[in-house]
Amino acid sequence: MHRTLAIIEREMRRFRRSPMLIVMSMMMPIVQLVVLGYAFGGNVKHLKVAIVDQDHGVPAVRIRELAGAIATGNHTFDVIDYSDVGVALADLRNGVVNGVLTIPPDYSRRVITRQEPTVALISDNTDSFVSATLSATMAQVVGSLGQPVKTTIRTPSQPSLQLVEVYPYVPYIQYLLPGSITMSIFMMVMIGGGIIFIDDKARGLHEGYLVTPITKFELIAGFNISGTIRAVIAGAFLMVIGSLIAGVPNPLDPMRMMRLLLVITVTAFALISMMFLIMVRISDPLLPRAVFGVLNTVLYFPSGAVYPQQGFPKWMQVIAAADPFTYAVHAFKSLLLKNTGFEAIAFDLGFLVVFSVVSMGAATMLFRRTL
Amino acid sequence: MVAIDVRNIVKRFGDFTAVKGISFQVASGEIFGLLGPNGAGKSTLIRMLTTLLPPSEGTALINGFDVARQADDVRKAIGVIPQAMTSDLELSVEENLLIFAKLYGVPRDRRKRLITELLEAVELTEWRDKQVRNLSGGMRRRVEIARGLVHEPKVFFLDEPTTGLDPVSRVHVWEMLQRIKSERDLTVLITTHYMDEADKLCDRIAIVDHGQLMALDSPMKLKASVPGKNVLEASFSSAPADWIEVLRRLPDVEEVTGHDHVFRLATGNGPATTMAMLQTAAQMQVSVDSLAVQSTTLDDVFVHYTGRALRDTLQAPAPQDNPFMIRR
Repeated sequence: MHRTLAIIEREMRRFRRSPMLIVMSMMMPIVQLVVLGYAFGGNVKHLKVAIVDQDHGVPAVRIRELAGAIATGNHTFDVIDYSDVGVALADLRNGVVNGVLTIPPDYSRRVITRQEPTVALISDNTDSFVSATLSATMAQVVGSLGQPVKTTIRTPSQPSLQLVEVYPYVPYIQYLLPGSITMSIFMMVMIGGGIIFIDDKARGLHEGYLVTPITKFELIAGFNISGTIRAVIAGAFLMVIGSLIAGVPNPLDPMRMMRLLLVITVTAFALISMMFLIMVRISDPLLPRAVFGVLNTVLYFPSGAVYPQQGFPKWMQVIAAADPFTYAVHAFKSLLLKNTGFEAIAFDLGFLVVFSVVSMGAATMLFRRTL
Repeated sequence: MVAIDVRNIVKRFGDFTAVKGISFQVASGEIFGLLGPNGAGKSTLIRMLTTLLPPSEGTALINGFDVARQADDVRKAIGVIPQAMTSDLELSVEENLLIFAKLYGVPRDRRKRLITELLEAVELTEWRDKQVRNLSGGMRRRVEIARGLVHEPKVFFLDEPTTGLDPVSRVHVWEMLQRIKSERDLTVLITTHYMDEADKLCDRIAIVDHGQLMALDSPMKLKASVPGKNVLEASFSSAPADWIEVLRRLPDVEEVTGHDHVFRLATGNGPATTMAMLQTAAQMQVSVDSLAVQSTTLDDVFVHYTGRALRDTLQAPAPQDNPFMIRR
């Protein structure tokens, strides 16, 4: 045990004197949280819509008025009047406008004679988000034309759905926070655990350890525990700072912070164990740097940190099921967004503990006591 | 008492045999040098003796413990300075020693005393709080020497400890090693490329080449074992075609080698051969452009046993470098 403690002491003293490592592993997840949170979290605004009115009748003016109301109201789009369809379509292809709404010459006549009046929205569908927003907003505009005045019926004949939201509105930046905490743990594990471990090995530093009477288990335990401590510091820092940035309600609730710290610790131990299992037979210092990028993608995106897993194809759901990020993100979401108790995170904790034990056992088995 | 007892030790990496059945013994308290060209098998041998590589065949006992079967006992008995500089650059001089003392399980009270003594011995007391990254190469080597002795080992292995150091630092390291050795019960096995270092430091020297032991004796006896007590090196102009034969017939000459106009003569009597050579050259109207007379050195011994051929060959990566090879 004293040898494990010596390894931990050595790693922590080195960590304290590597301020760049601390800054890099904590800053990147915060930058990611803020940039992604605000980039994806807001509503689409100020799209450019060309309106080509070839009719000029009263119903056509009504459409233009409704579109104008949206332009001055929630600013989803701004309206630009065009007289020529060809020019409008050329501008659409050149990216000057995002969509073209054409009101055909016989629109008013068809409205009056009730002969399926139609307006056309031609949108740039290379950007599906923009295209979907424009379609939905224009459908509202067109749908609101000629609607009867809504009256309340005492005994409704049709069943209706009433939506009740259990939790307060969750902005996207809060939805991203669990993934960012997991990412900060992973960054520290990867840089502090993986890359430095292999760099030390390449420099011959491990030879110094291997000629001492330390056992394989003591050595791996020393590296794992010191790596866990470093990753917990990174995760806890992001938990507090990220909660404040994302505006999580009551971010310093002591009971929730205790539960979060437990999840951070278990996640850190699971990821560092996985890291040593991957790195145990690697000697080339370039390899962990290459593995870093691949792992980042393979673990982070399928975890449900940025998009619900229910939308994944089957093969990706299989990856997600084995991905330790999935369980960490789920547990962090439960605690940060719903402030749940242990019951909601028990399975996540159980998976991460079993994952850690299996990874550390395998790493110890594969670790070479000789060169 | 025998501190190191190597018996017919062999190391194979796949089809390649790096060490081919070497045997030798090192007495307790001896400084033993291991010399050989690059790729001769020195580092593989030292790695087997320090438990970093398991031998393929044969045995090695260090302080009475078998390197294969009693590896932990061997590790407790040895101190090792690997070829690469392996101190933690971010830690201070004292912290480097402290961590290793803890790894070896040195009790707290002895730890403090030993670290203070060793820092004094390697003359780093005033630098004890400085990070190793701020020290020069020679100072880092001294940190490592102190670190290797922090658990009071019985046998000390140093793999090319002065490689890369400037001449002043090298001399400093030699003197320090001799002083440390004189103050404690220590057996030293050292590998080096510097013949003058081996000559001054070592009680006995083993010359290894192609994984085999080529010679083993004291520096004095090794020097006596090669032809000639002196070496004459001379260059001539307008020498006849059979000049090398003329030189071979000079008194006390034991061996002559020549290349272009430069000839090396190994002789048992340097002054007599020099006089005879100058007279012969004058009689045959051969002009002597340069002449140097020197005693036989370990360099001559080394070249005699290992040859002059350069070892610039490509080699396949050793199986030990394959990350996916499973080894028990």
